[in-house]
Amino acid sequence: MSIEDIQNEIIDEFSMFDDWEERYQYMIDLGKDLPLINDQYKTDSNIIKGCQSKVWVHAEMKDDKIVFTADSDAIITKGIIAILIRSFSNQHPKDIINAETDFIDQIGLKEHLSPTRANGLVSMVKQLKMYAIAYQTQLS
Amino acid sequence: MFNVEDVRKDFPILSRQVNGKPLVYFDNAATSQTPQQVIDAIVDYYSNYNANIHRGVHTLSQEATDLYEQARHKIQTHFNAKFSHEIIYTSGTTHGINLVANGFSSLLKKGDDIMVSALEHHSNIVPWQMLCERTGANLKVIPMNEEGELVMSAYADLLSENTKLVFVNHISNALGTINPIEDIIKRAHNVGAAVLIDGAQSSPHIKPDVQKLDVDFYVASAHKMCGPTGVGMLYGKEEWLKKLPPYQGGGEMIAEVTFEKTTYADLPHKFEAGTPNIAGGIVFGAAIDYMNSIGFENIAAFENELLEYATDKLLEIEGLKIYGNSKHKTSVISFNLEGIHPYDVGTILDKLGIAVRTGHHCAQPIMDFYKIPGTIRASFAFYNTKDEIDALVAGVKKAKMMLS
Repeated sequence: MSIEDIQNEIIDEFSMFDDWEERYQYMIDLGKDLPLINDQYKTDSNIIKGCQSKVWVHAEMKDDKIVFTADSDAIITKGIIAILIRSFSNQHPKDIINAETDFIDQIGLKEHLSPTRANGLVSMVKQLKMYAIAYQTQLS
Repeated sequence: MFNVEDVRKDFPILSRQVNGKPLVYFDNAATSQTPQQVIDAIVDYYSNYNANIHRGVHTLSQEATDLYEQARHKIQTHFNAKFSHEIIYTSGTTHGINLVANGFSSLLKKGDDIMVSALEHHSNIVPWQMLCERTGANLKVIPMNEEGELVMSAYADLLSENTKLVFVNHISNALGTINPIEDIIKRAHNVGAAVLIDGAQSSPHIKPDVQKLDVDFYVASAHKMCGPTGVGMLYGKEEWLKKLPPYQGGGEMIAEVTFEKTTYADLPHKFEAGTPNIAGGIVFGAAIDYMNSIGFENIAAFENELLEYATDKLLEIEGLKIYGNSKHKTSVISFNLEGIHPYDVGTILDKLGIAVRTGHHCAQPIMDFYKIPGTIRASFAFYNTKDEIDALVAGVKKAKMMLS
């Protein structure tokens, strides 16, 4: 599935909810289901700066696609990462680089997109794209 | 007679909504809200008196200078300094600390000790670490115990004739502990050390008497006392302020300038280079007037009532732990829910219109002591209510339910 299709799927899922509480509850549940990063990758060098909670991201290449795994010590942050990873993982680096993140706004989590927000969603997106750029350079 | 509903009418912001809910503002330890009287003073200054001070012969400049110096006098009276020139306007507490730390660069030598407490804000740690790097002095730390109190016996052991300076906050911003500063000052003076007290967290709750305390330096910020941001004060004993070299060079702080030599102005102007925050200084005076019109005894009594009420209510929640349980504390409650990150709780509370602080509160050593990433901190002011505390308790319960 393309990144755009996945994002549309996420938008569909969130459109079922009427208020912030249901949206957040769903995000928290997604966070709980996030495939855990292998403990060996929970290193200081894999921590994304700019988050009040700790966020670790690991990336590896499998058949020209990047597979992301991640974890956080805060569950809402984990939910946000789960949404991002579902949209970006198992994709070609080029597609990740070009991907939009407007869908975050459309699922009612706009407040997390502000660069001054302490959760560092913006830093997370930047980090995922940085990995994509690095792997793309290797490929070309 | 103190009536919280009347007091709340002074604060326009308290009637706004956040995320569709009435604002519950419990981040007072970060900054206090501003009453209409103080907002009016800002408008009045810019509408009627705006001019540069201390140099114009014209009427406007004279009037602005008078107001600025009258405000300094108000600050002097409030903190009971002996002379008004012992009050130095700063941009805030951090500026005051840096000014003193910088001044001590020329007074310390290798092997001297300076002492900080384990309960400090980063702004009362980092400038002193920088001072140690410049001078070769050693930084000693007064330890804390599980209750969030300083271990005074350890303090006594650390003091020696090598100790030149002790700097401790009056009240911990992260835990609310009121430190026994009278004792700290007395013991430091016994070995000939000077003491700086960081009053950022105490000045909104307590009216300190710097002469009675016999403290050498006391720093505070206007924005924690219902005043504007970007202005604060440093009190220093005259003898110390004369001893310290100027911090920054520029206009206002000079007596005479030639390319060969510059002589410095007398106190307090020696430490006030450049055009100051004139409106801020004047309005700081208005904020002090406002707080005194409420009365510090009323403020302390009511805030203590809020603290006790909130502590009891919060502790009814299973798995909630409060950090900092000193018998002597102000209206700050730092807490966590077992197994839940403070950031998550803060996010849910925000959705409910409740403003609390989450994180390490610029006091990472305290978090390291408790081995936690941070806490949720609710800090109350005299314009908060028990109904708001009920809303907080309900919010924390909801957060717990959603996040568990």
